[in-house]
Amino acid sequence: MEQVLLGALSLGLLWSIMALGVYITYRILNIADLTVEGTLTLGAAVTAQMIYAGQSPFLGMMLSFGAGLLAGLATGLLHTKLKIPALLSGILTMIALYSINLRVMGKANLSLLRLGTAYTVIGEWLGLDKTWAVIAAGAVMSLALVFILYWFFGTELGSAIRATGNNPNMVRAQGIHTDTTVILGLMVSNGLVALSGSLIAQSQNYADVQMGVGAIVIGLASLIIGEVLFARNNFLSRLLSMILGAVSYRIIIALVLRLGMPADDLKLFTALTVVVALFLPRLKEMRDTARHVTKGSHHAER
Amino acid sequence: MLNVDHLSKTFNPGTVNEKLALDDVCLHLAPGDFATVIGGNGAGKSTLLNCVAGVYRQDQGSIRVNGMMLDRLPEYKRARHLGRVFQDPLMGTAADMEIEENLALALRRGKRRTLAWGVTPQERERYHGMLKSLGLGLEDRMSQKVGLLSGGQRQALTLLMATIGTPKVLLLDEHAAALDPKTARKVMELSNQFIKDMGLTCLMVTHNMRHAIQYGNRLIMMSQGRVILDAAGEEKQKLTVEGLIQRFSQQRSDEVMNDRMLLG
Ligand SMILES: Nc1ncnc2c1ncn2[C@@H]1O[C@H](COP(=O)(O)OP(=O)(O)OP(=O)(O)O)[C@@H](O)[C@H]1O
Ligand SMILES: [Mg+2]
Repeated sequence: MEQVLLGALSLGLLWSIMALGVYITYRILNIADLTVEGTLTLGAAVTAQMIYAGQSPFLGMMLSFGAGLLAGLATGLLHTKLKIPALLSGILTMIALYSINLRVMGKANLSLLRLGTAYTVIGEWLGLDKTWAVIAAGAVMSLALVFILYWFFGTELGSAIRATGNNPNMVRAQGIHTDTTVILGLMVSNGLVALSGSLIAQSQNYADVQMGVGAIVIGLASLIIGEVLFARNNFLSRLLSMILGAVSYRIIIALVLRLGMPADDLKLFTALTVVVALFLPRLKEMRDTARHVTKGSHHAER
Repeated sequence: MLNVDHLSKTFNPGTVNEKLALDDVCLHLAPGDFATVIGGNGAGKSTLLNCVAGVYRQDQGSIRVNGMMLDRLPEYKRARHLGRVFQDPLMGTAADMEIEENLALALRRGKRRTLAWGVTPQERERYHGMLKSLGLGLEDRMSQKVGLLSGGQRQALTLLMATIGTPKVLLLDEHAAALDPKTARKVMELSNQFIKDMGLTCLMVTHNMRHAIQYGNRLIMMSQGRVILDAAGEEKQKLTVEGLIQRFSQQRSDEVMNDRMLLG
């Protein structure tokens, strides 16, 4: 059991970086960005290929991040310059990335067994075994990223991105090019997702072209669990709640699997969780309105 | 300060929905001119302001602000010369951001956004003073989300944001129309005060004839995409609501004068 929980913790920490990326698009930019399904794999593929080629895994991680930025740029350009709806732009990049990922890896699956990953290096430095090296690296990385994002979204540029998701009309009236802010947000988001993919591939010792399938739903599930259970009403706490949400999601999954749910049903379970979680606020709203109506009080919309 | 020459705009050209919204409009505002704009529904008032702001590109004609041609500039690049307040109180501010963050976005209008901190402590003091001058108690709520404010408070804040960098031209599009009469009066008074104190050049659309007569030094009436009256100085001073209604009904048009406009 302890092993199971440790596994969930380490996986949750690595996926929390992807949840942070989803937070940027889904909550800050107000866009459901499906690019991430391809970007997660892209990050894994680039790092795996670099390690395979005998390069430093850390260099691989940086390149993965850079590749993620480019994927976000592609979706951003499709959306802002060609005026393709955001959802479709993401899908197009995602599909294109499937072929690109196969090219990067050269085949559908690249094993890293017995090759040195970032965790091998970190484990040697700190004298930790693999499990704890992953947990240490995941915790440090995700926390560092939370603070970097907190700083970034407090800057002039970051504020402009936040405002864009809120009210693009107002942002243009304040002299900001909303195309630029949308593209920047998508880039940062996908950079993080690719980095997450890189870290996940190294921890499981392989990259697979199917890795990213369903990633957006996992990201959303983590996001919603994090917000509902842990978020307070300030930005730092909301970012931190992404880490807690991603870890909680993994623990929940580990528990239901132990309770006997077949692993094949996992994606169905996750999708249903997200459906319920997305519906809950509506349900609450409906209940509240019903109450007001029965009380006979008049409440204008908004 | 604002020179609009032979401006025309047709929406949905070549379709059944084709609509000539601006028909050869010419309008020249001298520095410090405060012009009120009235006209029936669909007269083209908002379209005029939106063409100046770059929301729509005109088909013909030119727009200059302080001698500078705006025609080729996109909306976000024109913003450095313009301040805007919209009819919808939700439109001018970012609801999920704090009052001071909204002001900080406006303070940097026309400047490059860098990685410097979004709101500095010195600015905060300045905002405090500015908010205090509104007399709405917003100076004590600077780190609250704008979404918590009432429509009137949001409009007052948007007005503050629109005037913060002393824009060359201020565009107000029925910015008090969505508010209750008392709040509307307050917002109109604040607007008038800002425009006077800062000597702003302003184009203000209103449905309220009394406001149109009471405020500003010029009154412009539009109908079917054209300017049909441009009264300044003494001529404007002599205008009455009855006189305006008469002028208006002389104009054969399918525009309806609604109650709001008659009684305002
Ligand atoms: N984006 C648009 N697409 C198509 N037609 C439009 C658009 N905006 C305005 N119009 C049309 O252009 C004409 C002028 O509209 P405009 O909004 O400028 O009128 P207005 O004088 O501001 O009226 P109101 O007093 O109702 O605000 C109207 O017939 C309107 O239907
Ligand atoms: Mg209008």
